[in-house]
Amino acid sequence: MKVLIPGITGRLARTVATKLHDAGHQVLGIDRRPWLNAPKDIEVFQIDIRKRAAEEVFRKHRPEAVIHMATVTHLTVRNEDRFRINLFGTRAVFDHCAHYGAKRCIFVGRHTYYGAAADSSLYHGEEDPPFAMTTFPELADLVAADLYAGSALWRYPELDTCVLRMCYTLGPSVSGTLATFLKAQRVPMVLGFDPLYQFIHEDDAADAICLSLEKKLRGVYNVAGPQPMPLSNLIRAAGRTTVPVPEIALKLAFGRFGLPQLPPGAVAHLKYPVVIDDSLFRTTTGFNHKHDEDQTIAAFRSVAG
Amino acid sequence: MSLLWDEEVAKRVDRLELPFNRRGLDPYGISKKDLTRWFSILSWLYKNYFHVTVEGIGNVPPRGRCMLVGNHSGGVALDGAMVLASMLLEMEPPRLAQAMVEKFLNLIPFSAQWTSRTGQLTGLPEHAERILRDERLLLVFPEGARGTAKLYWERHSLVEFGSGFVRMALAADAPIVPFAFIGGGDAIPTVMNLYKIAKLFGAPYIPVTPWLLPLPRRVPLRILYGEPIRLHGSPSDEDAAIEALVESVKQRIAALIIRGAGAERHHETRALP
Repeated sequence: MKVLIPGITGRLARTVATKLHDAGHQVLGIDRRPWLNAPKDIEVFQIDIRKRAAEEVFRKHRPEAVIHMATVTHLTVRNEDRFRINLFGTRAVFDHCAHYGAKRCIFVGRHTYYGAAADSSLYHGEEDPPFAMTTFPELADLVAADLYAGSALWRYPELDTCVLRMCYTLGPSVSGTLATFLKAQRVPMVLGFDPLYQFIHEDDAADAICLSLEKKLRGVYNVAGPQPMPLSNLIRAAGRTTVPVPEIALKLAFGRFGLPQLPPGAVAHLKYPVVIDDSLFRTTTGFNHKHDEDQTIAAFRSVAG
Repeated sequence: MSLLWDEEVAKRVDRLELPFNRRGLDPYGISKKDLTRWFSILSWLYKNYFHVTVEGIGNVPPRGRCMLVGNHSGGVALDGAMVLASMLLEMEPPRLAQAMVEKFLNLIPFSAQWTSRTGQLTGLPEHAERILRDERLLLVFPEGARGTAKLYWERHSLVEFGSGFVRMALAADAPIVPFAFIGGGDAIPTVMNLYKIAKLFGAPYIPVTPWLLPLPRRVPLRILYGEPIRLHGSPSDEDAAIEALVESVKQRIAALIIRGAGAERHHETRALP
């Protein structure tokens, strides 16, 4: 099968691309960033997904499947351009899929879609609405991109659209929101709060994406790994020190005293859990994660120290 | 034995039939360590301070989904804490009851941490459904904050019951074990409630006792568990049918209160509409 991956240069995307390539698929990629040392027969087009040149890739190569991994978080793009990348980029991907005969498109989204609030459900099912926007406006564009991708299910019914809401990934690449947060030796917590954190080994995440393709999934699915654990346990297991700070002080301390730079809305994610129920994905695909929480944290520590 | 760690309690927590992983955590984030610390304190209060006596513990099934439904009183949820303690200390095997708690508890530092590590979840229907679906023990006070807000002279009464618990029991096909908690209003006799000030903290009210703070005095407490009730009907039945079932459960609890509070007090007990 010919598979096109917008955002292929991202760490998780590279793992997905390599797995698909090793399984015998023809893999192409679109990304503004180059992928140095890509396997020889993975062609990467260094283009902005929103531009006409990207459409030419669809037109010329007619991929059968597309895995859209070209969304960005506020951690990587801190300005208004993020909205344009996430929303216009997603529109471009789905429009091109529909116009150039792709059979399936997988949108790889995030579990932070559901938001973190004091009165939200402990385990979010796919039917739960996104509370992210009120508490954490920097996530609004990702929420919108997720919903927009889902709308392809009725706008382009002949295209098998699959939206995966994936929990935090962790592993030897030391990339992604959670890894960035855990990198520092001292990790802040809000004094008096210790929410559950849910994460999956990068390799298992990539396997889940490949499995979605293989099973021709259609619909919206939560994807998660081992049982969630309290943040304090996670920080200590990762060999870091917890730094509980009163909420008022924490918002002022972001970016100082060795603490990571985070927007004020991120505090909600340090107080309340965002945990997803992935039973639908598991029963539909037979997916099972291979790395438990200890192995996942160990993989992160093997590189992060 | 320190106040925060009772070995006997630790052994009982170890015997809980819940899917703890090797870190002592279950899928809800319940922690064996936190349970032991919390129940060590509760156990001391249960045995030595309040001398809680229990009747009818055999009515609670040893395993499988079940809903404990009872009267609420006493300013703060002393009754909930003692029911939880009775389930851990008196049941064979020990069981962890998981109560539906007020939303505002999650807003308060430390409180949120404690509730989530001990399995006491915000009172949302999806939480109740999950607890029952997982064959666990759900603790419900249908009077809600209206119950704990009862003033001293109303302590043996029953105020309005919400009907959600009945629909939940029907949907989950879960048996209901009614119980009466006697003494909550004696331990924490509320003489008035502060509603306006409470709003500043997001709480429903702040109870005021003759000694101002809602600290419990040493009185004997009793819990009477009644025979299980198996409701018949559909969760999508109309309100009138559901209300009739709510009333039947309420009457069972009222009868247990009368028996527990003693014949001379039965005139104080009335099931209000």
